[in-house]
Amino acid sequence: MQALVLRQLTKIYKNGIKALQGIDLDVPQGDFFALLGPNGAGKTTAIGIVTSLVTKTSGTVEVFGHDLDRELEVAKSCIGVVPQEVNFNQFESVETIVVNQAGFYGIPRRLARQRAETYLKELQLWDRRHSTARSLSGGMKRRLMIARALMHKPELLILDEPTAGVDIEVRRSMWEFLRHLNAEGTTIILTTHYLEEAESLCRHVAIIDRGRIIERDSMANVLRKLQTETFVFNVRAALAAPPRIDGFPAKLGDDHTLEVEVAKGQSLNDIFAALSAQGIEVDSMRNKVNRLEELFIRLVDAGGRAEGAAK
Amino acid sequence: MSGTPSRTRTDWTGFSTILIRETGRIVRIWGQTILPPAVTSTLYFVIFGSLIGRRVGQVGGHGYMQFIAPGLIMMSVIQNSYGNVVSSFFGAKFGKHIEELLVSPLPNWLIVLGYVMGGVIRGFLVGTVVTIVSLFFTRLGVAHPFAIVAAAVLTSLVFALGGFINAMFAKNFDQISWFPTFVLTPLTYLGGVFYSITMLPTWAFRASHLNPILYMVSAFRYGFLNTSDVDLRLAFGIMIAAAAGMFALAVILMNRGAGIRD
Repeated sequence: MQALVLRQLTKIYKNGIKALQGIDLDVPQGDFFALLGPNGAGKTTAIGIVTSLVTKTSGTVEVFGHDLDRELEVAKSCIGVVPQEVNFNQFESVETIVVNQAGFYGIPRRLARQRAETYLKELQLWDRRHSTARSLSGGMKRRLMIARALMHKPELLILDEPTAGVDIEVRRSMWEFLRHLNAEGTTIILTTHYLEEAESLCRHVAIIDRGRIIERDSMANVLRKLQTETFVFNVRAALAAPPRIDGFPAKLGDDHTLEVEVAKGQSLNDIFAALSAQGIEVDSMRNKVNRLEELFIRLVDAGGRAEGAAK
Repeated sequence: MSGTPSRTRTDWTGFSTILIRETGRIVRIWGQTILPPAVTSTLYFVIFGSLIGRRVGQVGGHGYMQFIAPGLIMMSVIQNSYGNVVSSFFGAKFGKHIEELLVSPLPNWLIVLGYVMGGVIRGFLVGTVVTIVSLFFTRLGVAHPFAIVAAAVLTSLVFALGGFINAMFAKNFDQISWFPTFVLTPLTYLGGVFYSITMLPTWAFRASHLNPILYMVSAFRYGFLNTSDVDLRLAFGIMIAAAAGMFALAVILMNRGAGIRD
């Protein structure tokens, strides 16, 4: 069973911008799926269409087999959405917001209050249930939107940048919460700019750029496509110039950091041996960027160059 | 979703949630919703009723204060049913929390009805408050209770729908104040609230019949005073037609996503 099926989904805004250019996408039930792309790539438009906040130009959307054009209400009942921007009434209390949202999905008030207690406690908002939403911190507002999206127990949860502007500790606890939800059977689609987040949480990934899907595979397969990685070596003594390491392009970041490109199949031992032979002592080593980030940048750059050449 | 409640039950829960939220808003900001009409109507009764009214004498066989009381009640119903929906819906649009409803499975016609009934509730609450205020100044009999209720409900429906449609088109706060200032208030003041149109010269008498508010005020006044400036069947016909037409328009606009969906 597919949780979400998009076919030839197209969106052209009134100002002529082609936000989506016929994308096809399948998200299986139970998946933890990352939808990645640079700003303006079309991620939020795609989510907007699935959640009925944006009108599509053409194409079809199915949520758990329910076509959005023919069974809109049923399809909507299956979806919970956490938008990128805060979109609750800032003057209402935390508890009122989540209980009312449950009501809009037909959940009786008594049951809604029970669920509100469950989710607000799980997301550490119970103590603030009587506070007006505007008095919450940024992280609390994000968690409130997650609690609100879960009130009708959706089978598909869509999160658009859920951890943007959230500190590391809260982000980690939100990851744990989302992992737990997914383990219980909720299909999750996530957009994020923190690629470490996508790599850590998601099993499948699609990369969207300029309104087109340019990559769609399992996270493991996508990462396998990464041909080279850049490693940063922190060296003890200052270097005046990058040392020569056969087969490894190297450059200096500053006089104590050396950046070395390592291709798939090459061994890091060769680098250490070459540095050791030249009397260079290494204090520490790390990836320059997250692996997914490296691949993402390359794919998007390649897409941009191809488009430029076509023009 | 856990369990599968029937569509009707789900819709009813959603609709009643909108009503609870709208009523909660009216009560939460009572200083902006309930109090001002009570103060304004008191001033109208003091100035137009007690001070000027004494010199006017009888209108349509009734004391001036008694004559204007139904008009003032209806004026407050019109302004508040309109004002409630236009500010609540535009506020939801502006603050983006209209999205809470747009992503939900509630059908559009029920969202319209929920907001509109919120306006009707405020119209009813304010109308009741102004009626109580009027009783401090004049005696107000009830000649035709059905006419009173029907005229008040239909009028508040029409203007609540007007507020909804205005809010859908409005792109900024200026655009939600334009209609009440330049259309609603003049039509209300010229709709026979403070005078009987039989007192007007012929051209103005005829022109007044183009004003829909005249029919609403007259039908409402008939319920209290058993006197009307217009044909009541025509008055109720206009109100029913306006409510039905505007509801259909509001639902069409919602379906198209005018001003709320990209």
